[in-house]
Amino acid sequence: MLQSMSPNSVGKSDVVAFKLAEQDFCIDIGLVREIRGWSPTTVLPHAPHYVKGVINLRGSVVTVVDLSARLGFGATEPSQRHVVIIAMHEGRIVGLLADLVSDIVTVNDEHMQAVPDIASDPAREFIIGMITFEDGRILRKIDLAQLLPTPQGGAA
Amino acid sequence: MADMDEIQEMFFDECDELLEGLATGLRQMDEPGHDKETVHAVFRAVHSIKGGAAAFGLSDLVTFAHRFETVLDLLRSDKLEAAAGVMPIMHRSSDCLADLVAAARQSSEPDHDRRETLLAELDQIIAANGDGEDDLVFTPLAIDIGPVDPGGHLAEPDAGTASGTGFRIHFMPDADLYRSGNDPAALLHALAKLGEIEVMLDAEMVAPLEDWSEDQPQLKWDVLLQTDEAREEVEAIFEFVEDCCDLRIVALGGGQEPPPSGPEPDPLPPAIEDSSPAEASPVPEPAPPPRPRAAPPAESGQPGATIRVSLDRVDRLMNMIGELVIKEAMLSQVIQTAGMSEDPDVVAGLDSIRQLAGDIQESVMAIRAQPLKLVFQRMHRIVREAADATGKQVRLVTIGEQTEVDKTMVERLIDPLTHMIRNSVDHGLEDAETRRERGKPEEGTITLSAAHRSGRVQIEVSDDGGGINRPKVREIAEEKGLVAPGVALSPGEIDQLLFMPGFSSKEEVSALSGRGVGLDVVRREIMDLGGRVMIHSVEAEGTTFSIALPLTLAVLEGMLIQLCGQTMVLPINSVQETMRANPSILHGVGQGGRLLSNRGDLLPIIDLGCVFGLRDEAAPLEEGVLVVVETDSQKRAALLIDGIFDQRQVVIKSLEENYGQVPGVSAATILGDGKIALIVDPEAIVMSSSNDYARPAMALAANG
Repeated sequence: MLQSMSPNSVGKSDVVAFKLAEQDFCIDIGLVREIRGWSPTTVLPHAPHYVKGVINLRGSVVTVVDLSARLGFGATEPSQRHVVIIAMHEGRIVGLLADLVSDIVTVNDEHMQAVPDIASDPAREFIIGMITFEDGRILRKIDLAQLLPTPQGGAA
Repeated sequence: MADMDEIQEMFFDECDELLEGLATGLRQMDEPGHDKETVHAVFRAVHSIKGGAAAFGLSDLVTFAHRFETVLDLLRSDKLEAAAGVMPIMHRSSDCLADLVAAARQSSEPDHDRRETLLAELDQIIAANGDGEDDLVFTPLAIDIGPVDPGGHLAEPDAGTASGTGFRIHFMPDADLYRSGNDPAALLHALAKLGEIEVMLDAEMVAPLEDWSEDQPQLKWDVLLQTDEAREEVEAIFEFVEDCCDLRIVALGGGQEPPPSGPEPDPLPPAIEDSSPAEASPVPEPAPPPRPRAAPPAESGQPGATIRVSLDRVDRLMNMIGELVIKEAMLSQVIQTAGMSEDPDVVAGLDSIRQLAGDIQESVMAIRAQPLKLVFQRMHRIVREAADATGKQVRLVTIGEQTEVDKTMVERLIDPLTHMIRNSVDHGLEDAETRRERGKPEEGTITLSAAHRSGRVQIEVSDDGGGINRPKVREIAEEKGLVAPGVALSPGEIDQLLFMPGFSSKEEVSALSGRGVGLDVVRREIMDLGGRVMIHSVEAEGTTFSIALPLTLAVLEGMLIQLCGQTMVLPINSVQETMRANPSILHGVGQGGRLLSNRGDLLPIIDLGCVFGLRDEAAPLEEGVLVVVETDSQKRAALLIDGIFDQRQVVIKSLEENYGQVPGVSAATILGDGKIALIVDPEAIVMSSSNDYARPAMALAANG
């Protein structure tokens, strides 16, 4: 995903940072395709509670996952001001509903820490690492693979 | 390297076509009185495969093709009769050749035993019937055309129609012919394509080696050509060499034909005028006659001009047309909101766009469409092998091979049809003895037919066997616990039991059909294609399986419905009728169960909102609309929805690609306002909810 990275940036990577329930999260920039404003979705029957539905992204059907619900913060009541981060994961396109995208940050891998042992918070299984900054901010890096609904009915 | 792979891929593609032609040709040769040209076509097909294979060093293929070709050559030269004993071997050789090609394509190991057996059989034929091996090309081929001397009479045809019989051609190339790179063999080959040919080489005038000069090759050929072609066709072959050879063409039947027109080495056609010889004009050389055709005419019998286009491109086009249809719908919606929908100019403009979009869509679908011939042809082999394995005599009749369906569908039909054909041979047809007793011909007939029927493609596999033994089927189903003993089942319902998973009616599982897949798999595969399977069986007369398929997998005619604030699409071809819920036709059953009496049937009412979990409580019937749908197992049900507001073509978008399957939903589509609507799968809805009703077993049966 990060083929475009130049050799002198070894040990560094770019992430897209976004806010969710007053906390800072991020995902690899290589996974992100575009960022859109919220638009109403079509509800999918029998979908997990964190799947908001599907939207039309230039002719393809894209699932929107409510990150807040997925991470256990409670369902988002989406408004015009919410954003959908369109990400590509293993050939599947998915939209991630977040409160707002705050920044694109270059992070040093050495600043990445493992997640401390904090009981069984649902958010923990979806976070692969914490990135600390000197000003005390913390970015929680999200593991997309864990987050997404597994394809149902293997016939596809 | 990559180039080579590409070329090789092309060769394999060509092989597929050639093999197809080969199989067709061989089948024609089964019929008495087949065209001689058929034999030639078959021979050419094998020969081309051999040639290509040699270029790629596929030695297995070459060896086999060569032996096969040798036998075909015997057939072609009438040394061997295309009799009953030979043709089965020819068919099997053709199958084996196809296997070898497939093996070479996948770089896998072919079935050596089978090949060896066939090679041995071919060798036997060769040994019994003649000299076959080496000089295939120039062996004088014995042709029964009666006396051959030029002026002589032919036995049958009335002399005079010179073009109807043939020519005697004397052909002695000058050294110039060789120098200019022409090859007499190529010319003779070209001649051979015009008809029956007998070539005799006259090397008498060739000087012994020590005296031989390359200026005087002195090789001479005497060719007897039996053809219906006109003289011009023959002359055309020599068109480019007529000024560097000694050529005489004499018509056979009508001996009085004037001496040839392109005769003695006449150095110059007298056409060029002498007026300005000194001028360094650009026509100093005797310009060869204009070139209306290439020297050796290209292989005859080529179909119309075609190009190979990768499927990706066509798919992309199809996608874009899908977008176009959506945009068109958006536009008409915008126009409506803008209040301009009354303007005649706008209406006319919109109409013509719609028409055009429809036409384009149809044309692209036509590009993707392929005749079912590709599938049907394979079935001949399946029948042959199945017949061999069961020891039954079976004839496959195909009807409507030219019926076209979407390419993806052609590919995905192969497996289910293969299975159904095997099933028919194995289970459907009785053995020879029983057939005799019943007064049927020993040879069973399986008919495979296809036709377009009201926007769908109907494919039928029917046999003239014993029909479904319903008591037996029932007994087995009860034994296996698929159906409760004593339940009243109609004959149709018993037939449906065949589609249940794990059902196999043959007592001993045969090598043929008993491969762990049953008709339930066939049914699932057909349903995945949006089709349905039906059985019709008459005791002692036979069974017919019919498959109804949509024409395309890309577009669907849908009814736009409203449900709990969402728009959904119901495929129109499953909708039977729609109605307002009128208390007089509604009946309650127990608690919550609601029925609709419609045309003498009682149909369960299914609240679509509840099925999809969009509302918790069943909606009051009075406010909704009832849509009666029919599933392919003739099960009917009424779906309760909030409203119907439009009917239009929708482009099918896969949900599975980015999400997964949703129960009760077959796919999604994009509406005029850019929003996504789900396409309801009535089949799945009816099935899943009838699980809650009386007969779980039957639901399973219908479910497949």
